[in-house]
Amino acid sequence: MRLGNLTKFLIAALAILVIFGVYISPLALSIKQGLDLQGGTHVVMEAVDTPEAPVNEDAMQRLSRVIERRVNELGLTEPIIQRQGDRRIIVELPGVKDPESAIALIGKTAMLEFQDESGATVLTGKDLKDAKSQIDAQNRNLVSLDFTDEGGKKFAELTTKNVGKKIAILLDKQMLTNPVVNEPIPNGKAIITGNRTLEEAQQIALLLRSGALPVKVDIIETRTVGPTLGQDSKEKSKVAFAIAVVAIVVFMLCFYRMSGVVANISLALYVMLLLFSLKMLNATLTLPGIAGIILSMGMAVDANVLIFERFKEEYRSGKTLRAAMDAGFTRAFSTIIDSNTTTFIAAVVLFFMGTGSIKGFAITLGLGIILGLFTAVTITRFLLKTLMNANLFKSGKIFGA
Amino acid sequence: MTVKFDIIGRRYWFFLLSALILVPGLISIALQGFNLGIDFTGGTLLDLKFARPVMVSEVREVLKVAGLEGSTIQLAATSQGEASPNVFIRTRVLDETERVTVLKDLQKLGDYDVLRVEKVGAIIGSELEQQALIALAVSWLIMICYISWRFEFKFAVSGVLAIFHDIIVVLGLFSLLHKEIDASFVAAILTIAGYSINDTIVIFDRIRENLKTHKKTETMQELVNRSVWQTMTRSIYTVLTVIFAVASLYFFGGETTKNFALALLIGFTSGAYSSIFNASPIWVTWKEWEDRRRIQARTKGAK
Repeated sequence: MRLGNLTKFLIAALAILVIFGVYISPLALSIKQGLDLQGGTHVVMEAVDTPEAPVNEDAMQRLSRVIERRVNELGLTEPIIQRQGDRRIIVELPGVKDPESAIALIGKTAMLEFQDESGATVLTGKDLKDAKSQIDAQNRNLVSLDFTDEGGKKFAELTTKNVGKKIAILLDKQMLTNPVVNEPIPNGKAIITGNRTLEEAQQIALLLRSGALPVKVDIIETRTVGPTLGQDSKEKSKVAFAIAVVAIVVFMLCFYRMSGVVANISLALYVMLLLFSLKMLNATLTLPGIAGIILSMGMAVDANVLIFERFKEEYRSGKTLRAAMDAGFTRAFSTIIDSNTTTFIAAVVLFFMGTGSIKGFAITLGLGIILGLFTAVTITRFLLKTLMNANLFKSGKIFGA
Repeated sequence: MTVKFDIIGRRYWFFLLSALILVPGLISIALQGFNLGIDFTGGTLLDLKFARPVMVSEVREVLKVAGLEGSTIQLAATSQGEASPNVFIRTRVLDETERVTVLKDLQKLGDYDVLRVEKVGAIIGSELEQQALIALAVSWLIMICYISWRFEFKFAVSGVLAIFHDIIVVLGLFSLLHKEIDASFVAAILTIAGYSINDTIVIFDRIRENLKTHKKTETMQELVNRSVWQTMTRSIYTVLTVIFAVASLYFFGGETTKNFALALLIGFTSGAYSSIFNASPIWVTWKEWEDRRRIQARTKGAK
């Protein structure tokens, strides 16, 4: 039986350490990274009431759809568009190249109007089917418009009535072009000329394609993290994490010897479980989230410390190793539950009250508390028991007592 | 167990020590307030890294064009003294066009890399402050309920007073050092609250346990003193491991989490201190005062 227990211990310990060594890095990297780590832009918009367009649920839904279309046109991987509360929309643009023009693009009302000479609006963006940027034979950058059937009829009527006169095409009350109508245009197509760069033409086309925002929108928050800072934060977090791990491991070894070895093995498992849970929950890893992970390692060790200290007391009061260990686990358990519950309360409140990256921190902290408790009472216990049953070490000193 | 250094007997000295740290902090909070970041006040923040070291005066000159010369301009601390490639500018809220113009103007000083550009509207700022206060109040309320249920009301209040102590210490030091307070600071404060109470509960738990086998010959002070010492090793070891973790974050982690780690570092140290030297002593003082009153009432009644 002696060998049986020792083999069990060695297999379990080795398995955990090998899995940790091989998978920790790929696992950590496979978790979705927040904007503060990979670089990108976070935008919060708020719809405001105007006399013409009050904000209501229907307008908000249409607003979301328009913004979604615009964001999708940016061609980013995994952008996020999210409603927050009654009037807000959050947009996250990971890895966006030109954040300023992206922000400008998303927040533009983009109301298109065709006016006759008297200034009366005849057609609007609603009459459009499609808009594209084009380069003509003279190398000019144009925006070509395709009207809907009804829009085409209206446009034909407009051009028929205004031959020889000027019409105006406006975007958000700004003149895009002001051509003279040479002849009626019955085919439902139009072209916006003007001196524009290709990017400008593309932007106008994009805005017209995605349609106008149904309500006025204010940009109330933007946060852009450049790729350099993101990369830098990532590198530094890795270093901080590694140093914290080494410090804790050495500390536990010095003060608890064999028990410390066991605690360190369960700490390795704990970190793996935490990362794995984050991945399964499809959580986003942010900088505060990493801080939460590093912090929760310190806390996870606490459960072990409580158990080992209790074990030391019980052992010194004259119990055998095994009896002392059992008593240590049982008596420390209620302490661990009570003390962790209070910290957990803080994490839960943070989760429900906080926004964005604070939520990320709360998730790692909260999960960390649960998993730390779990590994302490299962893995630490199992490993210590098998190790003691192996009868390899007879003195309590080896276990830190 | 031999009773070591009498912490409880000297509790008023430890209360005094706490006061010595709390009072300067409170005075600083009252007089100079906090260095609130744009997360609270609203505003625009530009964190840029130029190709060459630039000086504050140069940056101010450029900002003058847009009438923003009154903005806060900071250079990342380097050994070069007055110039640094890393510039940190905090202005009032700039709208999108203003921001683009300022960013363009700054190119006069040479090429730069955008590290961070943030804009927080004033509404969001005041919301954050409100949310922080609500979060703190709610978490305290739930903690008091939980501890009252598992222990007793007096423990709950003593524990929350200890949290209060730790938060004032952190707020006071941040005010004294004029360190910037941002959204992550709120998370730090709540974490400190969570840690401090965790630490306190472990000692209370031991007091509760010792009360069950309480002998009449032992005074309440002796019992609490014994409990504090029984959990002392654990208190020290745990705060050390947590401090290792946070210190590595402070010294080796990124620039953006530095203040966050500093808040935790101060808070955890204070949390460990207040658990040992404030929470249980407050409980004992209260308990003894109550006992004395009960005896007084009884003797009065007997007459």
